[in-house]
Amino acid sequence: MNFLRRQLPLLITFAMGVVFACQYYVPHPASELMLTTVTKWLQIIGGFALVLGVTSLFHLHAGKIRRQEPGWGYSGVLYLSMLATIVVGLGYSLSSQQWVLGQETINGARTAFGWIYTFMMVPLQGTMFAILAFFIASAAYRSFRARSREAAVLLIAAIIVMMGRVPLGEFLVPISGDVTLWIMNVLNASVRRAILIGISLGAIALSIKIIFGIERAYLGGGKE
Amino acid sequence: MRSQEYRDQCSSLLVGLILAVSTIWGISAHAQGLSTPREVRVFDTPSDAGGGLTVVWAPAAYDGPTVEYQVLLREKSDPPSAMKVVGTFPADTHYVRTTKLPWWTRPAAQDFHLYEVKSSKEVEVKNGVKYEVAVAATKTGERAESGVGEAVPDPNWINWNQMNNFVLVMLFGSLVFASIRTAKRREIFLRRIPGLDAVDEAIGRATELGKPILYLTGAGDMSEPSTIAAAVILGRVAKRVASYETDLLVPHRDPIVMAVCQEITKQSYLEAGKPDVFKEDSNFFITTDQFSYTAAVDGIMLRRKPAANFFMGSYFAESLLLTETGASTGAIQIAGTDSDHQLPFFVTTCDYTLIGEELYAASAYLSREPIQVGTLRGQDLGKAFILGVLVLGTLLATAGVLFSTDLPAAVLDLFRDLK
Repeated sequence: MNFLRRQLPLLITFAMGVVFACQYYVPHPASELMLTTVTKWLQIIGGFALVLGVTSLFHLHAGKIRRQEPGWGYSGVLYLSMLATIVVGLGYSLSSQQWVLGQETINGARTAFGWIYTFMMVPLQGTMFAILAFFIASAAYRSFRARSREAAVLLIAAIIVMMGRVPLGEFLVPISGDVTLWIMNVLNASVRRAILIGISLGAIALSIKIIFGIERAYLGGGKE
Repeated sequence: MRSQEYRDQCSSLLVGLILAVSTIWGISAHAQGLSTPREVRVFDTPSDAGGGLTVVWAPAAYDGPTVEYQVLLREKSDPPSAMKVVGTFPADTHYVRTTKLPWWTRPAAQDFHLYEVKSSKEVEVKNGVKYEVAVAATKTGERAESGVGEAVPDPNWINWNQMNNFVLVMLFGSLVFASIRTAKRREIFLRRIPGLDAVDEAIGRATELGKPILYLTGAGDMSEPSTIAAAVILGRVAKRVASYETDLLVPHRDPIVMAVCQEITKQSYLEAGKPDVFKEDSNFFITTDQFSYTAAVDGIMLRRKPAANFFMGSYFAESLLLTETGASTGAIQIAGTDSDHQLPFFVTTCDYTLIGEELYAASAYLSREPIQVGTLRGQDLGKAFILGVLVLGTLLATAGVLFSTDLPAAVLDLFRDLK
């Protein structure tokens, strides 16, 4: 049992880790084919795992409805909308006399599933994304209050960059364009690269730890 | 009499001058006349996936913008008339030095011409088929064609251009293992990471207030190192949460990550000696859709009002939507991400941010296990090495420009990203 739970996954991780680390250096089409095949496997496994996810979602909200927890009405809305979308998306279209099977249009006519996607999902997603503009403004206001030396530096740099990036700003203060370029290409780029070097080394070190079984916490903790 | 001598001398000088000029003119004209390209070699393109041939030939005195080279190709089994032009370019282009090949895979001297014949709309270069390739120099009204060379394109098993990358990875791997061995023998100093020191404070605060802790593992799947790091940190956090018997909420965007995190959390509760407190529903799936997930998590933050929010892993546009909402609820917020483009948002809205590599260091910092700490030391040595290379590379590259020499390239090539 321990072999199946611990050693076998570690063996598979080691074998696959070494093979796919070496794959990067092998230009042969067989190597590319292997990568493509495994990527497809991952997609298939991901598809099956979605069943796990949806089951978890149903289970969680069923419990909330059953116990009538505060806000259980939202769980009811979730159940209703999810079931309605599944039925409409996989059901039979009476107008076009054929199964919808996830198609947004049939013979050029929009299906009910397509309608839900176009007129409900897309506007809702757009709304969430649009809120970002206001959140950026409020976050900027908080961070630009020059309460410390660092915040003051941030504020000054931000003002210069904003001036340099807006045509009116560059018209009013012509030098702001060049200073902005210098801030972005020298200060910003060098710090960003330093962070990226650290991230890359951290990712490689973590990969080495996982491939060689040094890091096992992702298997469910334990040190045995 | 004198004027006669003077006239004779002038005539001799004039004749001599005319002779000299015509000689120079003749030599020059001879030099610019086209000769067949020399030392033409054709071979299978090394380190490729097949379907490519490389042809190299020596530079000629007539190389210049007015002369063109043509590369001709035909299958060996085809008649000679099937030879067709697959590439035409000015004679002062396509040198070995312009291909950016490193010194260890250059097929000829840097001043030699090099042309790669690949499959295109006009021609298909098939693996395992013998081809004949010739090079012709052309100029208005003139043409000089070399003899043919034969080669068979084949896919290769090793990309020798990337061997520097392989050696550096091996070097870094050895460094990590050596550091782990050192860490097992003696204690290694770890600098303070305030964001990780605050983990206990955040959990303690949530316990005091009787509110839950929200932990997000980011937008990535299990193939991303940042998600794995986030899952590993979840294990450490869950262990402490279990000992305080505080509620833990872990909403997920990826069902596989959810399944893995469920196991990790369960194990952490077991290790903390509190398996009875573990709730199967603490890890739950919401949706794979970016903004639907964000809306759901924002809703959880506003309704459940968690006392501590952890944002670990990789994030995209949703980062600010999540953290700003969290900040508005007054929760302690700790973020850790390798998404450098989202770092400003996390720094602005969270109390503590683990920047880049600190996310990967968190596991070692929280566990203090010698193996984990040793890995951190390996990373630091790797960074020191890269820093040294950057300084040396800058000096060498500058020296190369100042003294117009290619010698520094021998060292710089070792650290270039080559395909």
